[in-house]
Amino acid sequence: MANFERFNPIPILKGLYTTFHSTFFEPVVTVQYPEEKRPVSKRFRGRHHLRRYDNGLEKCIGCALCAAACPADAIFVEASENNDDVRFSPGERYASTYEINMMRCIFCGYCEDACPTQAIELGDQYELSFTERVQAIYTRDMLLDTVDELEKATPRKVEPGAFDRSIPMMENPD
Amino acid sequence: MGLEQKLGDFGFVTTKLQDMVNWGRTRAMWPLGFGLACCAIEMMATQAPNYDLSRFGMELLRASPRQADLLLVSGRLSRKMAPVLRKLYDQMPDPKWVLAMGDCASCGGVFNNYAIVQGIDEIVPVDVYVAGCPPRPEALIHGIMTLHEKVKTEVFKDYA
Repeated sequence: MANFERFNPIPILKGLYTTFHSTFFEPVVTVQYPEEKRPVSKRFRGRHHLRRYDNGLEKCIGCALCAAACPADAIFVEASENNDDVRFSPGERYASTYEINMMRCIFCGYCEDACPTQAIELGDQYELSFTERVQAIYTRDMLLDTVDELEKATPRKVEPGAFDRSIPMMENPD
Repeated sequence: MGLEQKLGDFGFVTTKLQDMVNWGRTRAMWPLGFGLACCAIEMMATQAPNYDLSRFGMELLRASPRQADLLLVSGRLSRKMAPVLRKLYDQMPDPKWVLAMGDCASCGGVFNNYAIVQGIDEIVPVDVYVAGCPPRPEALIHGIMTLHEKVKTEVFKDYA
């Protein structure tokens, strides 16, 4: 210990004090994730969901504008014709196939902006991990909002002539 | 299961060696952080005190393949970088797992072009894909827990 005379314990004690203080007197910042979840912000964009009108009909009319707007080509839409016996949406057509590849999707929200009926909306679910690639493809049934009452489910039979517009005129519930 | 019920409360439990080994593997899975792009920032945030991967026995998120069990590929993998990833994977000792973090590592994401590998499963076998661009730290932790569930279902005769 040749440098013993020059040994100065003050800086070391200062450093130890910092550790001591932050260990015992500062609040814990760790979020215990699986048990405790931090709320997402209002503008957070997570997993999509397809919305319904108040009467339970689907808002999506299968126009595929979301697929056109998607920069990652993550959305695949196939439309079919509605009729009064088998009616999904108030418009002329509905999306018979609606698939989003969550692995391709970059959650930019352009589909939300492009949608003329505000059918697609990015929700707040972010826990998307898969062990197979095929699990990442979310189909129409997984994306559609669930209905509370049985008579609001689609498809359903409606009286003829109730919906005669190709683009629905129904006002939005919110 | 049966023994301690027959013998009464002797202060021990019986289990299968396979379950114990799998449990041990999930409790201390040291990751190799292979940060390639913006997802690496979220990966670092996951290691930081706010989310703290150490809670899952993953203290050492470092670029050392010889001591790693889990390869965390976060970000877009260019074709130039692909041999490096394969080399790092080959240098890891068995048992080893791969987690593709983010859209780009999982399947190329928005970069559908000639320069980016369309998913790192062209190069290495992937166990868990985490979607998101980039995934939140919670999403990465969720992916790690999905991997833990997968590891717990492994059986001895598949250990190669």
